[in-house]
Amino acid sequence: MTTLTAILASLQRLDRRWIFLAMLIAVLIPVLTRVTYPETPTAMTSAVFNKIESLPSGSRVLLPLDYDPGSEAELGPMAKAVIRHCALKRHKMYFLTLWPTGLPLLERNLRQIVEGEFKEVGLKYGVDYVNLGYVPGEAVAVKLLATDFRKARGQDNTGTSLDRLPMMQQVRSAQDMDLIMAISAGYPGVKEWVLFAAIPNRIPLGMGVTGVTAPQMYPYYPNQVVGLITAIKGAAEYETALAAAYPDEMSRLDASGIQRMGPQLWAHRLMIVLIVIGNILQLTRGRGGRK
Amino acid sequence: MSRESQIGVAIVLLLLSGLLLRAALADQPWGVVTVLPVENDPAEAVREVSPETPGVQVSVARTTGLWLAAFFTLACYSYLYKDNPAYKLTESIIVGVSAGYWLTASFWDVIVGKALARLMPEQMRAWALPNLDPADPDFLTLVPLTLGALLFARLIPGGAWLARWPLALIVGTTAGLKLVLYLDGDFVSQIRNTILPLVVFNDNAFDLDGSARNILLVTSVLCCLTYFYFSVEHRGAVGRVSRCGIWVLMITFGSSFAFTVMGRITLLTMRLEFLFRDWLGLLPPNVS
Repeated sequence: MTTLTAILASLQRLDRRWIFLAMLIAVLIPVLTRVTYPETPTAMTSAVFNKIESLPSGSRVLLPLDYDPGSEAELGPMAKAVIRHCALKRHKMYFLTLWPTGLPLLERNLRQIVEGEFKEVGLKYGVDYVNLGYVPGEAVAVKLLATDFRKARGQDNTGTSLDRLPMMQQVRSAQDMDLIMAISAGYPGVKEWVLFAAIPNRIPLGMGVTGVTAPQMYPYYPNQVVGLITAIKGAAEYETALAAAYPDEMSRLDASGIQRMGPQLWAHRLMIVLIVIGNILQLTRGRGGRK
Repeated sequence: MSRESQIGVAIVLLLLSGLLLRAALADQPWGVVTVLPVENDPAEAVREVSPETPGVQVSVARTTGLWLAAFFTLACYSYLYKDNPAYKLTESIIVGVSAGYWLTASFWDVIVGKALARLMPEQMRAWALPNLDPADPDFLTLVPLTLGALLFARLIPGGAWLARWPLALIVGTTAGLKLVLYLDGDFVSQIRNTILPLVVFNDNAFDLDGSARNILLVTSVLCCLTYFYFSVEHRGAVGRVSRCGIWVLMITFGSSFAFTVMGRITLLTMRLEFLFRDWLGLLPPNVS
């Protein structure tokens, strides 16, 4: 009993930096061992996947990637998975970002995936994909994009007029899209795409969001949005669905969403243990205080 | 030197020893970025490739960037041990770089790309936008440009009142746009989404899951609304329902907090992947 009391007393005085160290170890070991666990796509993730899968080849998909390096860890894997899916289905991809700091990430995705992984497919700029770049104006920009692309952005990211690009000639606004697949970390982002583009114009909208914003977006599903990919878990689910549908193509590509779920599991286990210990300590301290 | 500082120095020495050990045991290049020149691509002079690719060159600029990124990552996390000059330096650099990036991006995309390109298309085509289509100057662009410039009138002593005009336009436009759209998307549509059958049948068979879900959803909404209904004293039945509303809110906040923690762990995972794969080369590169 004395030993237990001593342990509890020492835990009460535990320096929080030991907890940081424990968390580092819990995350580092799965990163180094590259342990992965099976994922099962949930209904919300499957809904997005099925929508992109069901669109006929050559459909127009608007891909606003509204996030910055601070959210790259969560949203990067899902953006990659969605772009790969669109490229595999040979959809026409219209990229843009409402965040100036999102532009380098957008360009990197284009270089690595569309012009790198799918180089052999021969996707042509201006015919199969276009980079509209950073569109300033936040919520107003979304409203403009929903009514007239050229008022929001007259040129693509290289300064070429939109009318010179073959894939833009039949497109006046976001209403000409078969799907908007918005991946966003906050404002301006998915909320603006729902309220300013999707609902008033009845445009199908899929969402990819960070964990922090996910609870605010759930109410829009299923009546106002097609589906929802939530944080790194959603990205891992999407990668699983993609690997199941395209096993040959996906076997040669990385699955960073699935890879990052290993450390998640161990970090969550550690947190549950810490919460239990914390509550026990609180209870014992409470009893001691009452005594 | 305090015991805390001694431990801090020991951690730094341990990291440096680890780096030396890595350098001594390495059988292939690490901590360098290798590139190949790209021909006929105005957007990209070189492309990053793996060190095994024939004809690669070490990029000094990108390698410096890699080491700086590693240093800044470690400096950021060093705050968890103790506030220190390396963390302060990193914090200042992040703030400065972000502000500089925003300013530059806004200049090229807003001032040049949207305003000057419409106001002086020929000059902009000659200077910065060679692919711009010929067009007549759109002098209406002067109106938003002038209003934008007036925002800076706040900095002029006695001229602050001039900034109220563009501000009034911004506030009015934003309010007008959001009022209607939020009313539709966040109010009317959400009410419609909550009007659900409490007993669900699928293919003429009772759907227990669907029924339980709808009952829970409708009950939770009613409980929360009761909690925020202050015209009646929260006593008796109303008090009990209101207390349920608090529980629903707490569960929602807990869910948000858990998602936030999940995001932070993902960030840590990504930085560790960067340190151990991109910098130290201890993890295999991504398959592609």
